[in-house]
Amino acid sequence: MGEFGGFAGVSRLIKFIHKYGAPKRFYRLAGRLVPWFAGVTALLFVVGLYLGLYWAPPDYQQGDAYRIMFVHVPNAWMSMMAYVIMASFAATGYIWNVRLADMLAKATAPLGASFTLTALVTGSLWGKPMWGTWWVWDARLTSELILFFLYVGYMALQASIDDPRRAAHASAILAIVGVVNIPIIHYSVYWWHTLHQPASLTLTSQPKIYITMLIPLIVMSFAFMFFYFTMLLVRVRSEILVREQRTDWVRKLVGSKQ
Amino acid sequence: MKGGLLSAMAAVFTRELLVFWRRSTEVMTALVFFVIVTTLFPLAVGPERHELMLMAPGVLWVAALLATTLSLNHLFASDYQDGSLEQLLVSPYPLSALVFAKIAAHWVLTGLPLALLSPLLAVQMALPTKAIGTLVGSLLLGTPILSLIGAVPAALTLGVRGGGVLVSLLVLPLYTPVLIFGAEAVAASAGQGFASVAHLSLLGAFLAVVVSFAPWASSAALRVSLD
Repeated sequence: MGEFGGFAGVSRLIKFIHKYGAPKRFYRLAGRLVPWFAGVTALLFVVGLYLGLYWAPPDYQQGDAYRIMFVHVPNAWMSMMAYVIMASFAATGYIWNVRLADMLAKATAPLGASFTLTALVTGSLWGKPMWGTWWVWDARLTSELILFFLYVGYMALQASIDDPRRAAHASAILAIVGVVNIPIIHYSVYWWHTLHQPASLTLTSQPKIYITMLIPLIVMSFAFMFFYFTMLLVRVRSEILVREQRTDWVRKLVGSKQ
Repeated sequence: MKGGLLSAMAAVFTRELLVFWRRSTEVMTALVFFVIVTTLFPLAVGPERHELMLMAPGVLWVAALLATTLSLNHLFASDYQDGSLEQLLVSPYPLSALVFAKIAAHWVLTGLPLALLSPLLAVQMALPTKAIGTLVGSLLLGTPILSLIGAVPAALTLGVRGGGVLVSLLVLPLYTPVLIFGAEAVAASAGQGFASVAHLSLLGAFLAVVVSFAPWASSAALRVSLD
């Protein structure tokens, strides 16, 4: 009975997805949502940067150098979250054959890669004053670098297959394998590091974070999250136009603007 | 029925061995590559025995990793071209079991020879004698993982532009845990760290995860590629 109810719930959900996930309908919906998401993103960035750069006090050890944390940490969080979101979209597209989910996964990959790259670059910039060197084989930096390679592989596989359906399904399998592997990679790197280097070089040995630093950090995290959603909607809209370029509604839409 | 499945797997396994035996240059290429890459390191960093000894675990493991990656293209490519892969797909047996037999044959033809050849290269790299047993053991545990994980990208890139380079791009990030555990185990028994048993146990645990996961994932990948 319970199983049947669960199944009915899932099939209702899939019906809902198929209804609102129709590319034409979603294109319009996303178009209406983009300004709102962009507005919230801008507001959060203004508030978060004000809190982070002016309101939060300087750190007693690092001075003002720590403020790069308000960009570095949200990007590192988003880089990992984006991979899980990407794999979830890809799995949804692969299992239930939802084309919109395929497109959302494809649109997420470059965003996740750019979050990863930003986290790496800001981590390196932060490392110079803290550790006295641009790069340390710190466990977190190293697993972030491997995450970047995983994103690059995903995008390379997407780009090298012409048939969109095969590209989506092949890269979905790669993303799922990656998700299973990420915890193993993370812990292997962590153990490798802890066997070699003294713990004084890790980020975890910093002084506890204070509430005045935590609030800007949380605001900036939401800012980057809404930035991701905004860019995702924009990217999916253009992806829909590319894939549906032979349909009547796209021709009408493009024609009316010319 | 069960006997039928096992004999089907055995048939795939022996066929693979026979095919590769008749085209043995492909197997030999990976082995020779392993030897040449390892030989390049003393030429590049100098023949100082102590330095070589410090690098030996890492160099041998990276070379084994790259040699396996090179050999991945042979796993499905020729069967894909001559259509025998489609025969496996339409057979009444579960594809993942047949793929597992293919991967097992791949390991017997690449990973196993690599492990057996490694003591010779270990001597060349001035690895202490006491660590050679661990080297062979870690390669015996680790190379099956390389074949199993590598089967997924090999299946995904069938008939794709630039497939060969793409396979290495996809597979090498996934190989990092094997490299870390394998090289650490050897380094540990060469006297540069903690007990090697911990790393070997982790390799074994990873192998157990991958054995249950990879054949299923690579058969799903084959279905996508041959769709």
